[in-house]
Amino acid sequence: MDSLRATRSWRRVTARSAFAIALLSGLVMGCGHFRTDAPSPDIQTVKASAHNLYRASVRPDVTPIPVQRLQQWTLHLDTIDGQPVDTATITMDGGMPQHGHGLPTSPRVTRALGNGDHLVEGVKFNMGGWWVVRFAISSSAGTDTVTFNLGL
Amino acid sequence: MTRSLIAPAVVVVALTGIATVSIGNVRRSTVTWTPAELATLRSLSLRSLEPLGADASNRYANDPEAAALGRDLFFDTRLSGNGKVSCATCHVATQDFQDSKPLADGVGRTARRTMPIAGTAHSPWLFWDGRTDSQWAQALGPLESAVEHGGTRAQYAHVVAEQYRERYEAVFGRLPNLTSIPRHAGPGADSVARVAWGRLSTEAQEQISRVYANIGKAIAAYERRIEPGVSRFDRYVDAELTGARHTPENTLTTDEESGLRLFIGRARCATCHNGARLTDDHFHNTGVPLPAVTLPADSGRTVGVRQVVSGEFNCTSRYSDAKPEDCEELQFAVTSGPELVRAYKTPSLRNVANRAPYMHAGQIASLDGVLAHYAAAPAAPFGRSELVPVRLSPNERRQLVAFLGTLSAPITVPPGYDKAAGTRP
Repeated sequence: MDSLRATRSWRRVTARSAFAIALLSGLVMGCGHFRTDAPSPDIQTVKASAHNLYRASVRPDVTPIPVQRLQQWTLHLDTIDGQPVDTATITMDGGMPQHGHGLPTSPRVTRALGNGDHLVEGVKFNMGGWWVVRFAISSSAGTDTVTFNLGL
Repeated sequence: MTRSLIAPAVVVVALTGIATVSIGNVRRSTVTWTPAELATLRSLSLRSLEPLGADASNRYANDPEAAALGRDLFFDTRLSGNGKVSCATCHVATQDFQDSKPLADGVGRTARRTMPIAGTAHSPWLFWDGRTDSQWAQALGPLESAVEHGGTRAQYAHVVAEQYRERYEAVFGRLPNLTSIPRHAGPGADSVARVAWGRLSTEAQEQISRVYANIGKAIAAYERRIEPGVSRFDRYVDAELTGARHTPENTLTTDEESGLRLFIGRARCATCHNGARLTDDHFHNTGVPLPAVTLPADSGRTVGVRQVVSGEFNCTSRYSDAKPEDCEELQFAVTSGPELVRAYKTPSLRNVANRAPYMHAGQIASLDGVLAHYAAAPAAPFGRSELVPVRLSPNERRQLVAFLGTLSAPITVPPGYDKAAGTRP
């Protein structure tokens, strides 16, 4: 049931980002990473959370983001006023809005690295196209989500 | 006059982006691929196949003596309940290591289509449902299956002791003393063998299971040397990337090129059939029809992932040589959810034209039938199909089939590795 809820939940989030389909549709089948030639600020790697509680950024360990290879990411998390967040419960999910499926793996935030950095392990994308990844964050600053769009 | 002949050709090029020029036997492609398309073509060619690294779970994977032993075990019918079935019974070396049957026949009939072997060492998951996570663990499944080899691990340990002792011990060390071990004992489906297994001490069970695991590791050391060969498609991509002149060995016909354009474009085949082996190594419900014959309920990855997570011979098991941190695929596997229901592994398309019938139980007889299925995208018998309909004319299906034929190539096997040692050619 948890995964069912998670799938429905990220679909709701991605539905709100549906406009990005048009912006990113030209990237399908490419081999890029957060394509800088795309015109939308929505595919930036630094984002404010949905309710503006946090500012988050992601840094993959390999760029451009490879397809079909397990990778680690570093999620950096600050409160919206710039204080690093080291103590938080963070989960990650995501998927491909155009295909209606989730991530091929279950990535996890495995440890806090200090200074607001958190290690994310088990990240994998099994095909090119538009992907959405979402982090659900809970800390003393509150509960919020932050969503990133990727064009691989 | 000249102008009137050229004009239609220009129109054809403008409409399709494809034209060819024939000069004697040498055909020069004048298809224009965009840089993004060329990058996609490169990603699909064997140029992009990464060399096999070490298998952390099998320290013998690159040992030539283990591979030679594994080759002989692979072809040995003594590793079966009736003395008539070997791995090669279904994985026929002269047929791309598969059997061209809808359902495999071992000592009985199985519920699944035999999968080819070439390139599977690159895959994180084995079997249609990914119920093992290494070639060596995969090799052990059929050996104890009641309908495949139909034997027991104690029997196989005895066969190794009697037939392969010296070679086994040179690779894996001393065999355990088997004098008090019954001929047939194992934890599989056979109730008599299971009772005999239950009477053994835990230590004896573990010793036999370790011999059994080593049989799998030797077979895997052999199988990982079976790799896909360079196809005409790969040579075509090389020529397109380097600007080399097209020759009969590296060219595609107009239909094949059109099929390739559809494959990476509108038909969206390359979404899942990506990378040099043309598989994303993942699991999808594509609404494949139920088999014509009644088979046990089959929910694909839903059950497969449970089996691999709890697998006796998985990457984190006592029989694996890997450290837990080497087992990331297992550690981060998706273990539940509706997407797993009746999801099966995307098969490699290398040599696909040579191995009808298709799908996990051989439900579809021809490649044209497969394409008609994907174009129509019917609802799944159960679970939810990921497919969306794609409009493909009969001619476009024909072009796609033509392209798929360019992926055929003799597989790469070290000399003498397509048969057991001592077998006459």
